[in-house]
Amino acid sequence: MKLNVGAVCGPGGSKKNKTGHWRSFRPKVDPEACNGCGICFMYCPDASIKIVDKICIIDYEYCKGCGICAHECPRDAITMEEERK
Amino acid sequence: MTMGTKRVMEGSMAIAEAIKAARVQVISAYPITPQTHVAEFLAEMVANGELEAEYLKVDAEFSAASVVFGSAATGARSYTASSSQGLLLMTEVLYNMAGMRIPVVITGMNRSVSTPVSIQPDHQDTITFRDTGMIQLYVEDSQDAYNTHIQAFKIGEDRDILLPVLVAADGWTISHTFEPVETFPQEEIDAFLPPYNPLYKLDPKEPVTFGAIAMAHNLMEFRYLHHQVMHHAKKKVEEVAREFKERFGQDYGGLIQEYRTDDAEVILVAMGSLVGTLKDAVDEMRETGTRVGVLKIRCYRPFPDEEIRRVLSRARTVCVLDRSISQGYGGPLTIDVKAALHNQRGPQVLSFMAGLGGKDVTIESVKGIVEKAQKVADGIPVDEEPEFVNMNWNIV
Amino acid sequence: MIPEQELFAPGHNACAGCGPAAIARLILKATGDNIIVVSPTGCLETFSSLYDLSSWEVPWMHPLFENGASVASGVEAALRILGKADIPVIVIGGDGGTYDIGMGALSGMFERGHRITYICYDNEAYMNTGVQRSSATPYAAATTTTPFGRRSIGEDRPKKNLAAIAIAHDVPYVATASLAYPRDLMNKVKKSLTVDGPRFILVHSPCPVGWGFDSALTVEVSRLAVQTGLMPVYEAENGEITKVFKIIPRPVEDFLKVQRRFKHLFTSEEGREQIELIQAAANENITKMGLAKEPGRKVKVDAS
Ligand SMILES: Cc1ncc(C[n+]2csc(CCOP(=O)(O)OP(=O)(O)O)c2C)c(N)n1
Ligand code: SF4
Ligand code: SF4
Ligand SMILES: [Mg+2]
Repeated sequence: MKLNVGAVCGPGGSKKNKTGHWRSFRPKVDPEACNGCGICFMYCPDASIKIVDKICIIDYEYCKGCGICAHECPRDAITMEEERK
Repeated sequence: MTMGTKRVMEGSMAIAEAIKAARVQVISAYPITPQTHVAEFLAEMVANGELEAEYLKVDAEFSAASVVFGSAATGARSYTASSSQGLLLMTEVLYNMAGMRIPVVITGMNRSVSTPVSIQPDHQDTITFRDTGMIQLYVEDSQDAYNTHIQAFKIGEDRDILLPVLVAADGWTISHTFEPVETFPQEEIDAFLPPYNPLYKLDPKEPVTFGAIAMAHNLMEFRYLHHQVMHHAKKKVEEVAREFKERFGQDYGGLIQEYRTDDAEVILVAMGSLVGTLKDAVDEMRETGTRVGVLKIRCYRPFPDEEIRRVLSRARTVCVLDRSISQGYGGPLTIDVKAALHNQRGPQVLSFMAGLGGKDVTIESVKGIVEKAQKVADGIPVDEEPEFVNMNWNIV
Repeated sequence: MIPEQELFAPGHNACAGCGPAAIARLILKATGDNIIVVSPTGCLETFSSLYDLSSWEVPWMHPLFENGASVASGVEAALRILGKADIPVIVIGGDGGTYDIGMGALSGMFERGHRITYICYDNEAYMNTGVQRSSATPYAAATTTTPFGRRSIGEDRPKKNLAAIAIAHDVPYVATASLAYPRDLMNKVKKSLTVDGPRFILVHSPCPVGWGFDSALTVEVSRLAVQTGLMPVYEAENGEITKVFKIIPRPVEDFLKVQRRFKHLFTSEEGREQIELIQAAANENITKMGLAKEPGRKVKVDAS
């Protein structure tokens, strides 16, 4: 790709940068415990959580494994497990 | 060709008239002598409803430059002006907008810089912009200032260029001096200068990111592209000056302007209002048969090296008059002219420091410079370089 | 409902658990896509704008460190003259770019009355350059330029009260907010956009790296700052404080002890005294601003 004038670039190109490999801990959702309240979705700094059909779905392509979602979940539905590399 | 209206006006008014004629949409400025009159005249025009523009009176020159940077990035034709310390304060923003390729026009109303404190003209302020990546045009008088400001928008906003343009005009000599200036009807200016139509702008309909980060793998490539565009801008500066001449009958040169250089043995090189004095001196000296001419550098960046070579290689001696100093080496313009001529079996280049801090450069001083050039041509060795013209040696 | 649309795209290079990243995302959820954003230099700018890997799905510009407010002023002026004044403009800048180097520009933006929402994400130091102090660094915090040492207890000056400075400019809408209360933050951002004139929102934005806590605790730490009274959350309209977020005050130690930057306070006698001073400052916030849910309730400080 040729460089653009003045380093102006298009929107949202960061999606090409899959940050999931940064992770050393992996959030794991217990679908029984999760009621889809969306608190985790609200806090995730990496926009890596979606609530689909009242269940929290984690996007491991980008999730950096910070653990905020697990810490904030009022129902302890998310646990952080060591990432198998 | 369009006929204009000739009126006697202050140089600052000629610039304000040009800004009005260019239908500038956002203005921001902070007062500093000798730029103040431009800032005031424009405020008056906006207050009277003569000029439909947003005029932001800001907290500092850093903000003035930043405001017009933001407004131009949003798609409005934008303008600021300053002098001396104020220009220096803008510096970081100017690099930033040139790299981002945001066209803005900036008047540098030339004044020396502190310390010592001086409100008198020289080029010490704008010469520091050399490597900002802006196009830099130096004007000779009020008419040139009027013409060049209008041309500057057309050059900078061209889709193939997209660069800020500095128009440097000597403080006092231009800013505060009354001269006849021909201005042109608005329709004719509109026909010459269409509205600004940016390639990219801040717009939710087409979101873009301005000001991204480069890394070692692409920074140099971005610099290369910018450098290429500066080269390309040489053609644009010439082209726009030519079109202006065809439409309005005004000719102050493009990249350079030659004055009686055809058979000249000695050629004087300078920028800005000094050129007027040089032309007068040349006329006088020509009457007594001295073969002398003037080469005006109108465009300092991009530097017209080829054009300079073409003109100067015909001379025996070249005298460069610098109005700023790179302490510890010499005159910045001399350095560039010498570099342009290197490897040429060409003329000898002599360097003169002239008119720093408003020091007089008279026709007599110019004659002295030419006499020295003739002696050097006759084999008398050059003493200390550069020569400081009209020095009071009693106080140093 | 919090919109699903992600206008601050993933794939940015913020550290795991970054408060400012979470906040930027929430701000854009509040504004929607009809917005122009200016960000001065700082972590947010750096981690979101590698060439061709921008996280911004909205028009965004990074000029320099010190001119976010002035550039935004130019953007707003241009929109006015171009007949597009319906497009709102916001700035999202760090504490360094706001409290310190951008202060003159910010004051000018306030004074000229631009219709701009200036949001400062306050992570209380220059994080992007490696955690040096700013005038937003709280008293006694250790940073790389205010280290704890034989002759230093960390930062030796109290945090500058920037929201009060904004109020003193007659800014019609001033609010403080915290990552811990995202709906409140988003409501404030939304509300600000309807105000005629300049607006200022200060958002407390914990940084796990610079403050020294586990990345899972980012929200927890911001909550503790609010609940101890160290970070009052309020709204001021036309110079009057109109809304205060009520708390049941907790001792400041709860906030301090989870962070490496205050660790030295717990290992020395002197530190204990500093904690008391910090508690006194929190108490003053609590009384002055009426933060406590049960007025009159004293906070017991256990300095033993
Ligand atoms: C004029 C200038 N001085 C210094 C810097 C170096 N610098 C870059 S970011 C930064 C600190 C930013 O601090 P803050 O605004 O608090 O944002 P943070 O990184 O903490 O998010 C500094 C000092 C710069 N870029 N420009
Ligand atoms: S661990 Fe962090 S990054 Fe991953 S989904 Fe949870 S909050 Fe998001
Ligand atoms: S240093 Fe702090 S503010 Fe900066 S990216 Fe990392 S977590 Fe975020
Ligand atoms: Mg900071």
